[in-house]
Amino acid sequence: MSSARESQRPQSAASTDIAALRADFPGLHQEIHGKPLAYLDNAASTQRPQSVIDAMITQEQRNHANVHRGVHTLSQRATDAHEGAREKVRGYINAASCEEIIFTRGATESINLVASSLGKIRLTSADEVLITWMEHHSNIVPWQLICEQTGAKLVGVPMTPTGELDLDAYDRLLTDRTKIVAVTHVSNALGTINPIDKIITRAHDAGALVVVDGAQSVPHMPIDVRALDCDFYAFSGHKMYGPTGIGVLYGKSALLDAMPPYQGGGEMILTVTLEETTYHTLPYKFEAGTPNITGAVGLGATIDYLAGIDFSAVAHQETELLDYATGRLLELPGSRVIGTGKHKAGVLSFTLAGIHAHDVGTIVDREGVAIRTGHHCAMPVMEYFRIPATSRASFALYNNREDVDQLMGGLQQALELFG
Amino acid sequence: MNELQDLYREVILDHNRHPRNFGELDDANRIVEGVNPLCGDRMTLYVKLLDDKVQDIRFKGTGCAISVASSSLMTEKATGRSVEELETLFEQVHSLLTGDPTADSVDLESLDKLVALSGVREYPTRVKCATLAWHALKNAITGSEDKISTE
Repeated sequence: MSSARESQRPQSAASTDIAALRADFPGLHQEIHGKPLAYLDNAASTQRPQSVIDAMITQEQRNHANVHRGVHTLSQRATDAHEGAREKVRGYINAASCEEIIFTRGATESINLVASSLGKIRLTSADEVLITWMEHHSNIVPWQLICEQTGAKLVGVPMTPTGELDLDAYDRLLTDRTKIVAVTHVSNALGTINPIDKIITRAHDAGALVVVDGAQSVPHMPIDVRALDCDFYAFSGHKMYGPTGIGVLYGKSALLDAMPPYQGGGEMILTVTLEETTYHTLPYKFEAGTPNITGAVGLGATIDYLAGIDFSAVAHQETELLDYATGRLLELPGSRVIGTGKHKAGVLSFTLAGIHAHDVGTIVDREGVAIRTGHHCAMPVMEYFRIPATSRASFALYNNREDVDQLMGGLQQALELFG
Repeated sequence: MNELQDLYREVILDHNRHPRNFGELDDANRIVEGVNPLCGDRMTLYVKLLDDKVQDIRFKGTGCAISVASSSLMTEKATGRSVEELETLFEQVHSLLTGDPTADSVDLESLDKLVALSGVREYPTRVKCATLAWHALKNAITGSEDKISTE
């Protein structure tokens, strides 16, 4: 099997100029508690490049008006910027048309939209929705809600002790009752890259539709929704160097066409009488209300920025950094890596014996290091590994060995304090 | 490091390493569950309340050093005290931990070892870790709810 990571790994060790990339991100250049910031909480939210911030400022200062309504110039500019961003997203993930790109508040809303709307027409009490034990709460709770409403059964694919999906179990659990498979492309808590192509092919063979949570994959690898043949793909702007409050749901147009609206209001209608409403065409049918225009523009600028990034070199660099960090961590007494799968994106989730993750987070923060500590909104993962919490360092294209060294210095302090 | 030592004082580290009154209490008549949704920490507090007095108290659960030490110190302090005394103590500890301007009224002498918890004032994200046990105690003695959350 060639994983996404391997397929992106260049033949020669292409290097990226990390210093130049770092210069693009103003948020990185500051001191925290008198120490240079080492930002290693990228799986929670990434920093934004200056070009994205500038595009949003320009949109706010010069081009703001409501979209799709006015005949005046500013409205036209705002509409062009908003729809231009949609076209950029379409191109970035290689969707067939802009009809298939629905703007949402983020991956969470994207999944809620599919679960609620698709669930209504596709699920009955005889059916099952298949998720996995490594899902983020945002790919669990929406399915629980629709299963409660429809009487469908929610089934979870277990993991192996390395934090990889148990594909034999997947094959067993995937039956003719399975109508929807909802799975994460990359685990936020473990970093595991799932063999999403296999998962999709097998689901389709079994007659199920596939919803992919791409929140953690889009920042690390190019995504081609048509090559994957996924039915839906959800992701957030703020985990891929873009703004918060904007995300995307990709869906195959034939499926989206058949689905009922998720919310009602302005934007999503053609005609309204007090008796009935004719819904707008795609993608507007799913975009009730005035959208997050500046967020969409920021996301468009993010995609422009990413177009200049050599993802294969970045993947190589992130892999090297993860290997380096893993090696350094394992030198520390009592350290344990949670999630040791073969194919991982830039996530190092770990525990230190006798020191709670929350304490680790506070101690390394004093050294200027930002990491996430807790259950990472993936409580079933914690339950599986029988731990209350982990510390998680997660890497982005601008992280370097100095960041890792600074983290290790902080961990050393934690060991001394609690030793 | 010095700033950190103000948070992780020796008393805190000791009570984290060796929590007092840790475990279940078979003859408890008040059992309260405390949850900190931010970090997923949970603690269960067992109280034997008789004649308006805490006769015995235990706790169990998982948590950070601040949360475990605060629970441990709380159980030490609560043992043998009346509901009225503990309600006053709750207010005092609350002022101590949140840096309430009225903290002048805090009687540091009577708080004794609990003063070690005051380091959390400089760490707003950690205040909830320290208050969880105290909210659980308050609910146990007033009997308002059997499950409490810091949110």
